[in-house]
Amino acid sequence: MNPISVSRDINFLRRQAKTVRIEILEMLTEAGSGHTGGSLSAADVVTALYFYKMRHNPKDPLWKERDRFILSKGHAAPLLYAALSLSGYFDKSLLGTLRKIGSPLQGHPCSKLLPGVEISTGSLGQGLSIANGIALGLRMDGLNSRVYCLLGDGEIQEGQIWEAAMSASHYSLDNLCAIIDNNGLQIDGCCHDVMTIEPIVNKWIAFGWNVIDINGHDIGAILDALDEAETIKGKPTVIVARTVKGKGVSFFEGKVQYHGVAPTHEELKKALRELEDNG
Amino acid sequence: MGEKEETRDKRQETSKDNAPSNPPLKIRGGRGSYDSSQLVATRDAYGEALLELGKKRNNVVVLDADLSASTKTGTFAKVFPERFYNMGISEQDLIGTASGLSLTGKLAFASTFAVFETGRAWEQIRQTVSYSNLNVKLVATHSGITVAEDGASHQAIEDIALMRVLPNMTVIVPADGIETKQVIETIADYNYPVYVRLGRVKVPVIMPEDYKFSIGKAYTFSLGKDANIIACGIMVSVAIKAMEILKENGIDAGVINMSTVKPLDNDAVIKAAKASRLIVTAEEHSIIGGLGGAVCEILTENYPVPVKRIGIKDTFGCSGPAEGLMKLYGLTADDIVRTVKEAIK
Ligand SMILES: Cc1ncc(C[n+]2csc(CCOP(=O)(O)OP(=O)(O)O)c2C)c(N)n1
Ligand SMILES: [Mg+2]
Repeated sequence: MNPISVSRDINFLRRQAKTVRIEILEMLTEAGSGHTGGSLSAADVVTALYFYKMRHNPKDPLWKERDRFILSKGHAAPLLYAALSLSGYFDKSLLGTLRKIGSPLQGHPCSKLLPGVEISTGSLGQGLSIANGIALGLRMDGLNSRVYCLLGDGEIQEGQIWEAAMSASHYSLDNLCAIIDNNGLQIDGCCHDVMTIEPIVNKWIAFGWNVIDINGHDIGAILDALDEAETIKGKPTVIVARTVKGKGVSFFEGKVQYHGVAPTHEELKKALRELEDNG
Repeated sequence: MGEKEETRDKRQETSKDNAPSNPPLKIRGGRGSYDSSQLVATRDAYGEALLELGKKRNNVVVLDADLSASTKTGTFAKVFPERFYNMGISEQDLIGTASGLSLTGKLAFASTFAVFETGRAWEQIRQTVSYSNLNVKLVATHSGITVAEDGASHQAIEDIALMRVLPNMTVIVPADGIETKQVIETIADYNYPVYVRLGRVKVPVIMPEDYKFSIGKAYTFSLGKDANIIACGIMVSVAIKAMEILKENGIDAGVINMSTVKPLDNDAVIKAAKASRLIVTAEEHSIIGGLGGAVCEILTENYPVPVKRIGIKDTFGCSGPAEGLMKLYGLTADDIVRTVKEAIK
């Protein structure tokens, strides 16, 4: 069913994550604009989903029994596109069309244009409600498919996230797993300066969720968390993935100014060299 | 992009299916439907229609935001509790969850008051329902000033404008109970976003019992030589009353029920303009951006004739009995009569 090799081979997944990062950087540089920091910070989590955890079929993107991935933080579109292309949903050459006229690779994901994108996103705060609706629908249909929803940490300042947090718990959506890319940064600065989201773990516990708190760049920890989430019954799980914005490229890491800026050609060269040297 | 074309074609097909009609004003009663002696709130008809639809199709799911008694989705909830989701007081989550359900092949109806559905959750509707062209039915009740005593905070007078501006969105304002039932049945087979605007108060049953609604197709009661009134929602019955008064005064006016405000039945509008050279629009909505605006857009580009817009004149409503408010805001048959007389003087 799933042509993607499902493997707990951590070295393989590390290499995949590196390839994903390289493709993110290349497509952003080619596009000349886009969101670098938040695409890189969630690269390990999304790699683990697409190449380990999720049951999906690039040859049949609408396969009824697939697991669903909702990129609620839609500005990390390059990350989604890299994972989809590497999975085989479309040819790699399409990555070079990102943000260009006529491209199915819109600045933020558009489900009407690109197979593998479950729903158009870009306006923050909406994905968790959609994920809930899908989880409810799958449950009504008696399917075992699971729903994964990637949220930004700044994004959870949106009120709708907490409406959805309440709903998922109220409807005991244990087929749902939210993942917060907790990189500590948003656009105007650190989350704790702009509008604190702490205590992040206790908030979700208080809303009735099972919380797993991990290092979001430790592939082994990510796999364990995703596996554990599947065993938790009667409530939804949220994985708080502690990450570094811009992860993998030293001069982007932890830098708020690289939230929405693409690498220059010079920066790309340096970044690729660094990624090669480190792994 | 292909999807968009397909939608447009589908809509055109829908409107082609129906030859222009000039049916007589005769209204018959009948079993299982409403008759002309009755007053029926469109929200009550919605509750019944949902229940019927739920019996016929097991993929129908209904969502509400703590107003199921008022919106009448509670009727469905009682019979099909496993297909009803109360989202609590959270309209944004209501729209998102309905969208998710539709992504798994469910026929999702999301209901609350019009002001909250289209106002509070407008951007959710834009980003998720309209942009992704999802099969979500937004059926809102308590539209317009006839919400009455609750006052301006609860009176949606801008919802048609808010929904009409969204690509992929169809906007329907049923005139009575018969049409509401028809609309719900029809949109169940139309796999795209639809906004249906319903009311709180009981209104006359005016559509013929054998009436068949189709999306984008106006219903012409009659065409007049002096003026034609294009109305929607509860203003259709008011327009009919005005037409009768005008007739007694020797003025030949016609009435068109433009229940689909988008896509507008352009042919019906232009035909009416050619017949009378004076068009009056009537809606329980702001005169800005609603039916009046839509009719003006079509006429200015295709067949300019004078247009007078009856509606809420860029102001908020206030508390009071529905009938009193209709007078206060100039939405009575006499207001239409006076407008026509002044315009053709
Ligand atoms: C509703 C909404 N408001 C504002 C924005 C603009 N915006 C894009 S990204 C962003 C910051 C997001 O921060 P975070 O969720 O932490 O994402 P990450 O750090 O992972 O990039 C903002 C405010 C938006 N896309 N949607
Ligand atoms: Mg962040």
